[in-house]
Amino acid sequence: MAAGRIDPMHQFTVEPLIPLKAGGLDLSFTNSALWMVLALAVITLFMWGGMKRQIVPGRWQMAVEGLTGFIDDMVQVNIGPEGRKFMPYIFSLFTFILACNLLGLMPLSIIPGQHQFTPTSHFSITGVLAVMSFSIVLIVGFWRHGLHFFSLFVPRGTPKVMIPLIAAIEFISFMVRPFSLALRLFVAMIAGHILLEVFGSFVVSGFQGGAMGWGVGLLSFIFIIGVSALELLVAAIQAYVFALLTTLYLNDAINLH
Amino acid sequence: MEFESAQVIGAGLAAIGVGAAAIGVGNVFGSFLESALRNPAAADSQQGRLFIGFAAAELLGLIAFAVAMIILYAR
Repeated sequence: MAAGRIDPMHQFTVEPLIPLKAGGLDLSFTNSALWMVLALAVITLFMWGGMKRQIVPGRWQMAVEGLTGFIDDMVQVNIGPEGRKFMPYIFSLFTFILACNLLGLMPLSIIPGQHQFTPTSHFSITGVLAVMSFSIVLIVGFWRHGLHFFSLFVPRGTPKVMIPLIAAIEFISFMVRPFSLALRLFVAMIAGHILLEVFGSFVVSGFQGGAMGWGVGLLSFIFIIGVSALELLVAAIQAYVFALLTTLYLNDAINLH
Repeated sequence: MEFESAQVIGAGLAAIGVGAAAIGVGNVFGSFLESALRNPAAADSQQGRLFIGFAAAELLGLIAFAVAMIILYAR
């Protein structure tokens, strides 16, 4: 980073790598697409290495079994036995978000000319994921319960007088779900990356300065190690929360309440 | 007042909400730990609810951050 203004938003720019225009659409292969493909490659490699079905599992297979078992457990606890058929979706959601988040945090920008990118730091990506979850909830809900699905907006045992008010509140809280799902993930990623970028440039410009600058740079360097650890935690928690909330919404649609 | 200075002050004021959300998140985990130490046997089964509470508290702070960013990069 050149001396002068810190530009923390530059890391989020989407650049076309292989330009491709079809009709009025821009279908370029962007860096966002590249990092999503990388995430897919990492997931595939990880799963492929552990799916040899050995009787006595090795370390790799134990890791894969731990991951699938973790998601399976979450689905079983929150939805019940009927949730089994949604397990593949929840699992893909969790692993994809986790891989994207973690790949974005790896120190890969150290390779010259490379520019790191986190697909999940864009509302378009997280929005699509959230809309997918929301549509599945709607489809499953109407498929299983028909118009009875609307009883979701009136919790059991609500007094007659309160029904219009409660129904309105429940309806708003239901419709806001895809936005809150998408917003949480994308803002958490953006905030973390801006923080890392700002303190990273403090380190660089601090060590270019005098004795005072060395102090600032050293403090920022120690701080940035802690923040990186925190960001790894946040990356895992956000993936977990996204999957957990999706299972809860699915539970609402399957079992009503 | 210049537009730029008002913008920066506004973004700073909006960022107060992030600190408020920090209190909320701390409260969620603090309360969980407090009750988990009283009844460790029941703690594991409540982990899901812990993260739901965390997500709800966190979301409001993140919205405050988003508002600050929108104000800061307006125009």
